[in-house]
Amino acid sequence: MHEVSLMEQTLAIAIAQAEDHGASQIHRLTLRVGQQSGVVADALRFAFEVVRQNTMAAEARLEIEEIPVTCRCQHCHENFQPEDWIYRCPHCDQISQTVMDGKQLELASLELS
Amino acid sequence: MCQNCGCSAVGTVAHSHHHHGDGNFAHSHDDHDQQEHHHHHGNYSKSPSQQTVTIEPDRQSIAIGQGILSKNDRLAERNRGYFQAKGLLVMNFLSSPGAGKTALIEKMVGDRQKDHPTAVIVGDLATDNDAQRLRSAGAIAIQVTTGNICHLEAEMVAKAAQKLDLDNIDQLIIENVGNLVCPTTYDLGEDLRVVLFSVTEGEDKPLKYPATFKSAQVILVTKQDIAAAVDFDAELAWQNLRQVAPQAQIFAVSARTGKGLQSWYEYLDQWQLQHYSPLVDPALA
Repeated sequence: MHEVSLMEQTLAIAIAQAEDHGASQIHRLTLRVGQQSGVVADALRFAFEVVRQNTMAAEARLEIEEIPVTCRCQHCHENFQPEDWIYRCPHCDQISQTVMDGKQLELASLELS
Repeated sequence: MCQNCGCSAVGTVAHSHHHHGDGNFAHSHDDHDQQEHHHHHGNYSKSPSQQTVTIEPDRQSIAIGQGILSKNDRLAERNRGYFQAKGLLVMNFLSSPGAGKTALIEKMVGDRQKDHPTAVIVGDLATDNDAQRLRSAGAIAIQVTTGNICHLEAEMVAKAAQKLDLDNIDQLIIENVGNLVCPTTYDLGEDLRVVLFSVTEGEDKPLKYPATFKSAQVILVTKQDIAAAVDFDAELAWQNLRQVAPQAQIFAVSARTGKGLQSWYEYLDQWQLQHYSPLVDPALA
């Protein structure tokens, strides 16, 4: 993945928000990363170590909330969380095409001063 | 960080420091119109709002809820609307390096150019070899060299499209950078995401790159002409594809022999008919 450039974009959003709020330091960034976002949380953590240097987030902590995939079965209309990349409904064994949650990649919150 | 292509541009974050000696956050800004940017941060010591949690006396926690790719997503939507207004079918071709994207596009242009004038935007880290190949095949081709960026973004496509005469084509093919990981998260404003995998890559490719295959509307299994030579187990590949990418239309094709291309072309013709029938205003369809 391209986690370094994603982390740069994340930090740019965070810094713009912090400046909007008149803050001079970012103490914590919380991200929400869906399992089907195509992004690896550990790679984001690694990238953060690099991109935070010499910014107002230099001392910040990165928290990543990983969001599991939730599918909806078209056959039995149940929601379920698949065990792997094959989205097989545990109730009726059919494969789902409908992903309800788990694709997000977002900056959830910031702690500022 | 990208393990495939080493994209790791560092140090381009635009930032500036903004020091506040008084530490006073009592200000308001009423210009936020998006729900994602809806929070309150007045004098938090007196009336903490639901979304502002005071952690330490001098710190505040603020809900943001902004998509990290929201800028790209907005530009992609703008591209999509623009392309739709021009009556185009836009495809985004994704695959590993060497799966046969350029060869297939060359063949498509050669076969269809008469009825479906086509332009191609080609993304590569370096060289314009692919654009030259496609021009030789009769396509209008523009090369985007991304330097060390491992994928195309909506803005690059918008800029490249400005150099094309979109009024005289009805198909736009975007050949993404050869990479089966990074381009997945970037919407370019395409109508169809077409993922290619060649018979030489192994039947389990869809299991190894599930996010990419799950994002495809169409999957083309390429180089069918050498399937027997590499002992390609078509049945196993199909089983894997149907399990990982049940949403996708799948075609087995060969750019060299033309095998399977007729069904693929019929699918494209059908798509164009459905979306841009002369009797139907696409905006109302």
